[in-house]
Amino acid sequence: MSVMRGTESSEFLTTPDFPYCKGCGHHLIARNTVRALESLGREGQKGRNPLDVIMVTDIGCHGIVDRNFATHTIHGLHGRSVALASGLAASVPPEKEVVVFIGDGGATIGLQHLLEAARLNMDLTVVVHNNMLYGMTGGQPSGLTPCGFRTVITEGGSPYPHHDLCQLVHDAGAPYARRILGLGDFSKELQEAFEVEGFALVEVLELCTSYALKMNPDLRLRELAQQAGYEPGLWRGQGRPAFRLASEASRPSLLDADQIRATEVQFRSALDHQLSLVLGGSAGEGAQRAAELFAEAAMASGLHVTKKGSYPVTVGVGFSTAEVIISRHPILYHGISEPNVVIVTSEDGLEHNRRRITAMTEGAVWMDESLGVPPTGANVYLRDFRGRAGARNAAIYSLLSFVEASGVLPKEALTAAIEASSIGEYVPDELLR
Amino acid sequence: MDGSRLIAESCARAGADAYIGYPITPASLIYSYASRRFPATLPAPDEITALQWMSGLSAAGKLPVTATSFPGLALMVESINMATMMELPMLIVLVQRLGPSTGTATAGAQDDLRFLHGIISGGYPIPVFCIADIDDCWSLPPVALQTAVDLRTPVVLLTSKEMVMTERSYDLGRLGEIEPVDRPVYDGPAPYRPYGATDAEAPPFLPIGSDQHQVRMTASTHNQEGILQHASLEALDNTRRLPAKVEAGTPALYHLEEAKGLGDGAHADALIVTYGISSGAAREAARILAEQGRAVSLLVARTLVPVPHAYYQILDRYRRADTPVIFVEENLQGQFASILFGERRPEGVGVVADIGHMIRPDDIVREVRRCL
Repeated sequence: MSVMRGTESSEFLTTPDFPYCKGCGHHLIARNTVRALESLGREGQKGRNPLDVIMVTDIGCHGIVDRNFATHTIHGLHGRSVALASGLAASVPPEKEVVVFIGDGGATIGLQHLLEAARLNMDLTVVVHNNMLYGMTGGQPSGLTPCGFRTVITEGGSPYPHHDLCQLVHDAGAPYARRILGLGDFSKELQEAFEVEGFALVEVLELCTSYALKMNPDLRLRELAQQAGYEPGLWRGQGRPAFRLASEASRPSLLDADQIRATEVQFRSALDHQLSLVLGGSAGEGAQRAAELFAEAAMASGLHVTKKGSYPVTVGVGFSTAEVIISRHPILYHGISEPNVVIVTSEDGLEHNRRRITAMTEGAVWMDESLGVPPTGANVYLRDFRGRAGARNAAIYSLLSFVEASGVLPKEALTAAIEASSIGEYVPDELLR
Repeated sequence: MDGSRLIAESCARAGADAYIGYPITPASLIYSYASRRFPATLPAPDEITALQWMSGLSAAGKLPVTATSFPGLALMVESINMATMMELPMLIVLVQRLGPSTGTATAGAQDDLRFLHGIISGGYPIPVFCIADIDDCWSLPPVALQTAVDLRTPVVLLTSKEMVMTERSYDLGRLGEIEPVDRPVYDGPAPYRPYGATDAEAPPFLPIGSDQHQVRMTASTHNQEGILQHASLEALDNTRRLPAKVEAGTPALYHLEEAKGLGDGAHADALIVTYGISSGAAREAARILAEQGRAVSLLVARTLVPVPHAYYQILDRYRRADTPVIFVEENLQGQFASILFGERRPEGVGVVADIGHMIRPDDIVREVRRCL
């Protein structure tokens, strides 16, 4: 086994004096990383010089190393460095090497980011400084603390098993994951990881001199790894292209004619002011689409229109209520305090609008004749919407009936809107005529 | 036409590079449009990841956009603080819905202004612009994006379910041209100092990964080189610069419609102050009151954070004339009023506020008449 000793100067470093406790394994990881980057520069396409390398550091003792590196450096939040690095790796040219330094605490708080980066094959290398506890905050256990390992708050030894990080990212699709003991020269292993196209993770086992050795004085890293099932190993996944931000500079405008249909004014409405209409039905019975077609017919009749929907978050069940305002003048306020007209085609629609109907002091309520009429000051018109048109077409038929009876719009405007729409072929002629 | 479509199209035309999405009602419609229009769309697995990915993109020189609602924003907060400290431009469209917590996803609201006002530890502002009407869905995104770039900061564009999901007739001829935002990049001599700015300036931007200069960024207290510091004078000056640049550089956008012939406010019957989705009801109320012979002025605020000094000047002018001032907003507290005046509103300042429905013009008319 070769041994790395002392400090070494490098074009990748501003200073070789790392800010770690004497004897801390972080020294070795930093030095091996530098050596691996230097080798990469000599042999590979990436990392030719320090400006080809982006060091992304997490929170933890390892994360105060930025000032030592002559590369680009970015230091973010606890556990989020892999996600931050993913955004970078997706955006920078492929010849840039993105290296993440993260601890075992950061790796577990940000486990989702690791799995996602592995799944998407983000082009970066994560170097996990696994000293099996939170060193910076006083030696508390992390999700990577092995069973039996003593920490300041588990003095009798941690009772829980640790995550197997390498196995997890391997299962998530990582092309490369490796666990090594943080002893001696492991720069070749790091270099191999840097050369992977896409996601690579190297978990380096080490012991925190301030807390791990104090709490576990008889421990030796190699024995601990063996007892805890932290065996060194290599997990290779299928190679696949690294994730890159696909950029399609010129895409069709959302305002192009095939994206949003312009409505031509072809009809005339007798409406001289404003009419607010509420259509209440059941989800899946086309209330929203019917209201849109009513609104389109109003636009084709030269009116201003607003239309909004109200429904439970479970969009496939329960009520579905649409509110439409049609107006001769621009509509400043698109809420409806007291509607001029309420049309109800189902029990769900009635329940959702019952209070509103009861509060009406004037106007009109059109209801399916199967429904019980709540007390109201509005004029009530009962029709056989569901029986005549079926559940599927009850909403559109109710609007056809209302338009024909009220004359607020030419009926031809609504039938034209229906026929030009995707539901046109499903609405029987006898309902339209 | 709905506001979501205009927001997505406007952002794309203004040069936004990527949309980072996580679905949430009522912001998902913007996500859907963006996926068809932006140069790139990335589906994130959660809102924390979304903001971190955006930060990575932004640090690399891209201009990212997302849209969310309060539950998503809550997850983003730490990362927004990070982006603020790193000085990374990005746009977050916040579509408000009824809270607290998951509340009612399909009901609109104006619940989040106070939260946004204090979203950065230390009380430092990030620019918050607010969409008052459908035209703003087109005109405000480029302003928000340009502000994000100019000030190197996350920017929030505030709106509501009722604005982005309501469909309406719209004359496409109303839409003006949109130019891509100007995004200068540092091209000076070495060494580049990523936080090399003083007083109320934003530092020049250079993407991380530059072939010419080393670029350092950090979320921790740092000096002008981007090196972590405990609390050096230089580092604290850098931190003091963060609010100063936003306060000095955020454009003050508002619309003041004074009762006819009442430029000094001395003879108005009332001043209505509003923002966002309540602006339509306030306009309608002003119209009704005018028909009733009442002279009502209207202040529609589009810049909400930092609070433009002009608002205080306008309010002072009306209050000196003993003109009632009435805030209109769809929340229980009158959040904008409380930001301007504190928890104890002075005499003569009222609020029309409620939850669960858009504020009604009739409610505003009633309150104005009660104050007369």
